[in-house]
Amino acid sequence: MMVTKKMYPMTGAQAIAEAMRQINPDVVAAYPITPQTPIIENFAKFVADGRVDTEYIRVESEHSAMSATVGAAAAGGRAMTATASAGLALMWEIVYVAASMRLPIIMPIANRALSGPINIHCDHSDTMGTRDSGWIQIYSETAQEAYENMFLALKLAENKNVQLPAMVCLDGFITSHGVENVEIYDDKTMKDFAGEYKPIDPLLDVDNPITYGPLQLQDYYFETKRQQVDAMKNAKKVFLEAGKELSKITGNDYGYFEKYMMDDAEAVIVVMNSTAGNVKSVVDEMRKDGKKVGLLKLRLFRPFPYEEVAEALHKIPVVGVFDRAESFGACPPLYGEIRNALFDSEKKPKMQSFVFGLGGRDIFSHQIENVFETLLEGETSGETKYIGCRGC
Amino acid sequence: MMFMIEKFPTKEHLKKKQDYKDIPMAGKITNAGSSLLNKTGSWRAFRPIHDKAKCINCMICYSFCPEEAIIVEDGKVVGVNLDYCKGCGICAKECPVKAFSMKEESEFGKE
Repeated sequence: MMVTKKMYPMTGAQAIAEAMRQINPDVVAAYPITPQTPIIENFAKFVADGRVDTEYIRVESEHSAMSATVGAAAAGGRAMTATASAGLALMWEIVYVAASMRLPIIMPIANRALSGPINIHCDHSDTMGTRDSGWIQIYSETAQEAYENMFLALKLAENKNVQLPAMVCLDGFITSHGVENVEIYDDKTMKDFAGEYKPIDPLLDVDNPITYGPLQLQDYYFETKRQQVDAMKNAKKVFLEAGKELSKITGNDYGYFEKYMMDDAEAVIVVMNSTAGNVKSVVDEMRKDGKKVGLLKLRLFRPFPYEEVAEALHKIPVVGVFDRAESFGACPPLYGEIRNALFDSEKKPKMQSFVFGLGGRDIFSHQIENVFETLLEGETSGETKYIGCRGC
Repeated sequence: MMFMIEKFPTKEHLKKKQDYKDIPMAGKITNAGSSLLNKTGSWRAFRPIHDKAKCINCMICYSFCPEEAIIVEDGKVVGVNLDYCKGCGICAKECPVKAFSMKEESEFGKE
């Protein structure tokens, strides 16, 4: 296998559009207005320039975008869409339908705040809201990761033991609009990796007529949901297999999470998406002063790797969990999962929940350093702390 | 034309002890024609009564009936399949010679 790659300055949105160009899906349906992302803008250009064969459907709303994508996937096509924020919220009803109909749709999401107050900037409220919808969720620190995660998601979603839709999440504006160096692998290699799509039970197979999405009331609904549980369990296994396959091309590691300077760490921060990069740079600086700090950057949020997270964190003295979303009246979502993961461990860390960056509020290195200092002193409480919020 | 219902969900299938894993993924119905098992006649509140004397066999009722419940033999309307007729009354509404009248089911007692 002859693999070549070329580096380009690119936004995260462009990198994702490049992945979509290489995958060349049969159908992309999208609604082209805020809160849409430049992913679709860039991809529409590929369609207009004839660089993909994709049937691009400009629908009348995000609800219709997901509906058309579901229809295309059920018909037997490789179907994708992209959205963010309120766009995802408007899709809501059909987001669940896509998962329950077991359609391997890939949907990149530029994570952005939900209204109100009206806001267009980065936080994770949108995808955190859909965490129980039955979609696989993969989070990306950089544009490069977002590009590669598209292929990972494709292999995972389309696996015959999984057959679930997948979201590839990246931070809105910070990653989706920020320009980085991105290595794009050659078209042939990536097209071969994506392979030819072989749908299971396509509606257009007229010799074998079937019904998708029939009414299931008290009699069968429960069993269908139970099947989704198994599919998610399978997804956890297949994620690593797909990662190994992709690794043959990129040489990168695709574990459930990345452990950064954790082996001897006395305090660890857990975070997803772009803020992991900020934390890494703070870890590097503090390590120079002999402070034993580290990072766990979670890549796969659904299905959630409970056992592996517990194994990675149980011997760490103090763990701080950074959420870029709030769950009002309850634990923030990532903190809740991490805490849950450690319940059965005999040895477990002291833990502190932090919420930061809502509505795109910046987080600075000195704030992360302060957090590490308090964690190193063993300062934890049952109350969530708010980073960078007035009066907190 | 009657479809052969071989796999899912036959009446026997419904009675049998099942594992959720045996049910087609996502509850897809993988064999055509299974809707024949769902006798929607029980939904009916009004029953269409066909008057052969008035009927001109124009087939408008046959074309409009959403359940294909109008029984036609040798090009003539001979009645309504009450196993599937939901009593929507479209036949009575569309008939140009008023050959259908809708009667309340309660008038027929327990049949």
